[in-house]
Amino acid sequence: MTRGGLKRLPRVRSFQPMISFVLRRLMSAVPTVFIVVTISFFLMRFAPGGPFNLERPLPPQTMANILATYQLDQPLWKQYIHYVGNAVTGDFGPSFIYKDNTVAELIGKALPYSMQLGSMAILIALIGGVLLGTIAALRQNSVLDFSLMAFATVGVTVPNFVVGPVLTLVFAVILSWLPAGGWGDGSLQYLILPMIALALPQLAVFARLTRGAMIEALHTDHIRTAKAYGLPSRVVVITHALRGAMLPVVSYLAPCAAALLTGSAVVESIFTIPGVGRYFVLGALNRDYPLVMGTVILVAIFVIVFNLLVDIAYGLLDPRVRHD
Amino acid sequence: MLFLKRTLATTMLASALVFGASSASAEAVLHRGNGGEPQTLDYAHISIDIEGFVVKDLFEGLTIYDSEGKIVPGAAESWTISDDGTVYTFKIRDNAKWSDGTPVTAGDFEFAMRRVEDPKTAAGYANILYPIKNAEKVNKGELPLEQLGVKAVDDKTFQITLERPTPFFLQLLAHYTALPISKANFEKFGDQFVKPGNMVSNGAFKLQAHVPNDTLTVVKNDQYWDAANVKLDKVIFYPIDDDAASVRRFEAKEMDLVYNFSADQIKRLREGYGDQVHVNPSLATYYYTFDTREAPYSDVRVRTALSMAVDRDFLASEIYSGAQLPAYHLVPPGMEGYGEGSVPEWASLSQIDREDKAVALMKEAGYGEGAKPLSIEIRYNTNANHERVATAVADMWKNTFGATVSLVNLDVASHYAYLQEGGKFNVARAGWSADYADPENFLALNISTNKTFNYAKYNSPEFDKLMQQSYAEQDPAKRMDLMKQAEALISRDQPIAPLMNTANLWLVSSRVSGWGDNAVNEHLSKFLSVSE
Repeated sequence: MTRGGLKRLPRVRSFQPMISFVLRRLMSAVPTVFIVVTISFFLMRFAPGGPFNLERPLPPQTMANILATYQLDQPLWKQYIHYVGNAVTGDFGPSFIYKDNTVAELIGKALPYSMQLGSMAILIALIGGVLLGTIAALRQNSVLDFSLMAFATVGVTVPNFVVGPVLTLVFAVILSWLPAGGWGDGSLQYLILPMIALALPQLAVFARLTRGAMIEALHTDHIRTAKAYGLPSRVVVITHALRGAMLPVVSYLAPCAAALLTGSAVVESIFTIPGVGRYFVLGALNRDYPLVMGTVILVAIFVIVFNLLVDIAYGLLDPRVRHD
Repeated sequence: MLFLKRTLATTMLASALVFGASSASAEAVLHRGNGGEPQTLDYAHISIDIEGFVVKDLFEGLTIYDSEGKIVPGAAESWTISDDGTVYTFKIRDNAKWSDGTPVTAGDFEFAMRRVEDPKTAAGYANILYPIKNAEKVNKGELPLEQLGVKAVDDKTFQITLERPTPFFLQLLAHYTALPISKANFEKFGDQFVKPGNMVSNGAFKLQAHVPNDTLTVVKNDQYWDAANVKLDKVIFYPIDDDAASVRRFEAKEMDLVYNFSADQIKRLREGYGDQVHVNPSLATYYYTFDTREAPYSDVRVRTALSMAVDRDFLASEIYSGAQLPAYHLVPPGMEGYGEGSVPEWASLSQIDREDKAVALMKEAGYGEGAKPLSIEIRYNTNANHERVATAVADMWKNTFGATVSLVNLDVASHYAYLQEGGKFNVARAGWSADYADPENFLALNISTNKTFNYAKYNSPEFDKLMQQSYAEQDPAKRMDLMKQAEALISRDQPIAPLMNTANLWLVSSRVSGWGDNAVNEHLSKFLSVSE
């Protein structure tokens, strides 16, 4: 065999099984979402108090009027059928709390902010984490490795409700380099701090995952073979070891992306970002049933889609995985 | 990904349009921190002060509060009150106009008030206007809307007939529930009249843009009758519910006003910002309520002893850093015509003497050290300050009576739902802030027929009777006196232990002028201006 032979491994692959795999997965997503909707719908009603139990209680007549307006005076099963019936047609109902908007409007307005911030944070976390993890793995047990991993441990353990305010105090209040919060005109200066606060814990996870997988990959037979063939170590690391090491990273990417793209209540609150993350918390605390349902469905869809994407990516990264 | 890119582009473009405009010229812009996202701008459905701040900048009622918190004419230029105090006739300003240039008419007020009382509207605060003739019956669907005691006599004359004389009625009219709606505009847009682009307003400002949880921008309304005296070109409300984030944005000079930050920041902020920190005593009472249905709390001696043993000075000065004031009776100070409230006798003793008396009283009731043990559960809604108060009170009761005290906290909705649905408890936290500056608003909480608000289930025929008499009394001084007698019963029976009167905390940047501290916590932006 020649050196080139190693690169030209036969890769005969038809797209047919892939398409049917994707279709099957998408079909199974429908009952999954349905089950999630059903469980959340009933679970939520177990929480004591309702959307209109306020610190300042409403007079009984007013309360009756309001409950009738939102059909909350109906038996629960009727409300459920009503909700599912509307949801299927894309009507997720009015928000009980933010009454000027429907749930679809609220989420539709807020999601782009969360997704923009989240996607940038994922990029930083992924690129930074893989880079740091690879460096640490190549210099295993060196001072550099230890300090990178110490940094990663700190990144995972220090919560972003600490990192966020510290960043603002230093860069906005004391140094006045960056705004303390808000979306402003959406320019980079507004996004830097929340992006770092969002990305940091994930970057740390990616770094640790990459390091572990990379060390393992560097000891596998095919890497040893590649090295034995005298391939330059840069090629070995980048095209062969890294590819194998990406598998755990990619598996983690799915839940991570679903979480970051749907916003973080903590980071959005600290930096006063008008994203969708806060609706999870506000919806639940205020017993805004339709808003909670809307956010639950949103996350369910994101998780399903990203898991699917990851499974597809698996097939591309790992020749042992086949979608048939 | 394409979807992502496209939405991002639209978002950025939209924000560029909104914010690009603001930086273009040297406009007078007030950056107003507002403590949370308004649930709606439809004032039939709002319920909290931060929503009131926004809608009262946009809409103007017949009366308004000036920066000192006094009632002054708003959209009404003047009014007359009939001799028996039941018919109010308002003259609406000739130059009162909606932001689309059409005149504000009596019909707009008539329409708005009918809408609030319409059962179909399901307005949360419909009861604020119950003093209007037939309002309660209309709101309950027992009478048609036309029977409501409001009448547009002609375009500029608006007449309101009341059920009975209501001395605080002019204050009620400054409440957001009594704001007008442009009838023509509402007929065009229905409930959507509150959205930017649809909204037509008659206040000093008009709605320009609203990005939920980001900013709500209002600009000067050139059609406003007093536009010549409005100094701000634009007010940007920042709906920030994280108080620490608000303070940081104030410190970064991004916001000029911050409302209700955490009390433990007062000392630090005072050191750094001096008189930009404002502590306004407000018409609000923080109290603990006892479940009077069950022993030992059914015993007035136990309730009184527990109440006496609470060192209110400690709570106010140590936990709230002076952001709350110690309270010994239910009605907060500052009610016009009420004077000093009915303080219990023991309030004049020193805390040490109170504790001695409390121990004796508790012994007499058969509880405490050497008698039946006391095991008390304090319920409160989850909040750092409430937790500190509950912990301190638990400690005081433990030290004074050897009681075992446990704490239970629930989120605000669950906490109040539990109390309102009549759940059993020992001691629970509650708070009340005035809807209008009248003692009745606080005392009515303890009427035995008040199923929802009377958490203590206080049942005193004597108290109920005095309240009934106060409702029928036409002479203001006599009415106040009846209410004072009623309050004395609360102070005697202690179904509740008033602990503190709440203050509103504001950070007001030194670039803002025209600010007035007031107990009603009314701060219209039309009275404010900013310097560069």
